Amino acid sequence: MSDVFQRRLKRRQRTSRIFELVCLLSTWFGLVVLVVLLTGLMLKATGTWDPTATGAAKATENWLTPTLLTNHMSSDPERAGMVASIWGTCWLILLTALLSVPVGLGAAVYLEEYAHENWLTRFIRLNIANLAGVPSIVFGILGLTAFVRMFGFFGDPTAIGVPLGIGMLKIPLPFGKSLLSGAFTLSLLILPIVIIASQEALRAVPQSIRHASLAIGATKWQTIWHQVLPASLPGVMTGVILALSRAIGETAPIIVVGAASYIRFNPGNIERMSELVTKADGLLLVPSSQYTVMPLQIYNWVLNSPDPEFKNVASAAIVVLLVILLLMNGIAVYIRNHFSKRLDW
Amino acid sequence: MELRTFDNLIAQRKEEPETKPESEKQEAKSPAANPIKVETRNLDFFYGPLQALFGISMAMPEKSVTALIGPSGCGKSTYLRTLNRMNDIVEGTRIHGEVMVDSEDIYSSQVDVVELRKKVGMVFQKSNPFPKSIFDNIAFGPRIGGQRNKKELEEIVVRSLKQAALWDEVKDRLHSSALAMSGGQQQRLCIARTLATNPEVILMDEPASALDPASTSRIEDLIFELKKNYTIIIVTHNMQQAARVSDFTAFFYQGRLIEFGTTRDLFTTPKEKQTEDYITGRFG
Repeated sequence: MSDVFQRRLKRRQRTSRIFELVCLLSTWFGLVVLVVLLTGLMLKATGTWDPTATGAAKATENWLTPTLLTNHMSSDPERAGMVASIWGTCWLILLTALLSVPVGLGAAVYLEEYAHENWLTRFIRLNIANLAGVPSIVFGILGLTAFVRMFGFFGDPTAIGVPLGIGMLKIPLPFGKSLLSGAFTLSLLILPIVIIASQEALRAVPQSIRHASLAIGATKWQTIWHQVLPASLPGVMTGVILALSRAIGETAPIIVVGAASYIRFNPGNIERMSELVTKADGLLLVPSSQYTVMPLQIYNWVLNSPDPEFKNVASAAIVVLLVILLLMNGIAVYIRNHFSKRLDW
Repeated sequence: MELRTFDNLIAQRKEEPETKPESEKQEAKSPAANPIKVETRNLDFFYGPLQALFGISMAMPEKSVTALIGPSGCGKSTYLRTLNRMNDIVEGTRIHGEVMVDSEDIYSSQVDVVELRKKVGMVFQKSNPFPKSIFDNIAFGPRIGGQRNKKELEEIVVRSLKQAALWDEVKDRLHSSALAMSGGQQQRLCIARTLATNPEVILMDEPASALDPASTSRIEDLIFELKKNYTIIIVTHNMQQAARVSDFTAFFYQGRLIEFGTTRDLFTTPKEKQTEDYITGRFG
């Protein structure tokens, strides 16, 4: 008996070790690919070494320079910069956040705090999850119809002015190829993610907090506003930032809703930080402005540029985009860790 | 002294004239001589198809402590939560019968549940401070009630903390997080938070079950102190606790009120066999 057991035992232990190895390899696979990709990009962007170089396009220069961040587009790769796309991305993400956070959080609060459990709410929940899986190009086409053209409802393009403290905010109707169209489209795209993340954050707030608040004589609104929402905010913010960093990388829907591929000005003509204050009236022109975004800029440099050197400029631009993405994700992790320490139930 | 049941006490109260001779002053302080504060009549309660309470009728006098005892799942917590309508937030619950606070049916459509819960406060089994400062925890109730005056808020906080015997321990750190306090302190904070809205009735759902003996005894002392001004109804698993702190005890079993009387009677001469079996530890 012991002989058979011994043989079996050895085989079982061998299987166990093989399984562990397979799992380890799976872990490393993704990481190794990412590291190879990033290293290749960095080398190419800094002109250290070009693994894909053929003939004249050999990368020998450092393309990751300050002028890349401050210059506008140019047909000369040496002088080409991506400043318009950086500002364009920032404005687009800001507008997207302003649109998607209130709506997404509102929907999540309704579903978690108010909705009764019945077939309708189950149906809505299921379909929000489904929407999160819809390809982004579909949202792009939806945005083109609903926001850029507004179903052809306005025969001739017109505009309405909304009086604000610093002047008139111009809103074109239909939105056309403006930042508004892009922001509305991206909002639709990330709304399911924001809703689901917010729902989870709300669900993580212990029921005992709601009970405590209600038992003191708070109304449902007071309970949600003063207790549940503040307690869920770290989770909501983490989800929002992760959703927004997905929006930053989106290219396809932005092309469809008409971001410009060649543009030499920033939205609202605000060229530097200080002009946010000194040219405040330019802020009102931002939503109706034409724009471009970083992934689109990269796409154009890679595919549509006559000079092959632009492929190297694109590598440098990708590094900039990735740094911004990693920063955003880092902020999300920081918020989660920092606040969850304070909220240790 | 002759042992009297609660029913007898109530009956006697009705017969007694309002003004009592000087010699009976001591007797007049006894809780049973107080008017009825909370009363239920033929109270049935359902979780969906499941009936949790069967025809509960009992009356609790003002400024007294009533303990609800019974084995797990007997309905005592459910009963407690009907008294400030906290069961409303559970979906699919139904109620039949009447719950009266100050002779007013709290389930009538004229009653604002927010008003009711200010009057009938609640302390939960697990302390549940808000993830805010000690000050903000207590000030929350008055604030949502519309109190904005900073000085008055401070007065309320100090008064509530003193009433909950917590002031000396926390007076130097009112603005630090309530979550950093010990379990016993957190529970007294929750009591202080309830007191801050000036309730008349305080419901306590096993307030000391998660606490160590020292903290438990502080809570019990506190209950004893609070009953001078408040009507307290407490659910407890601990029969010694019920015997120590309460004036009246109700024994629940399988959703029914088996016996209700003065704590002394119920523990010394229970009328029902089930009560006797439970308090002597034969089951439960």
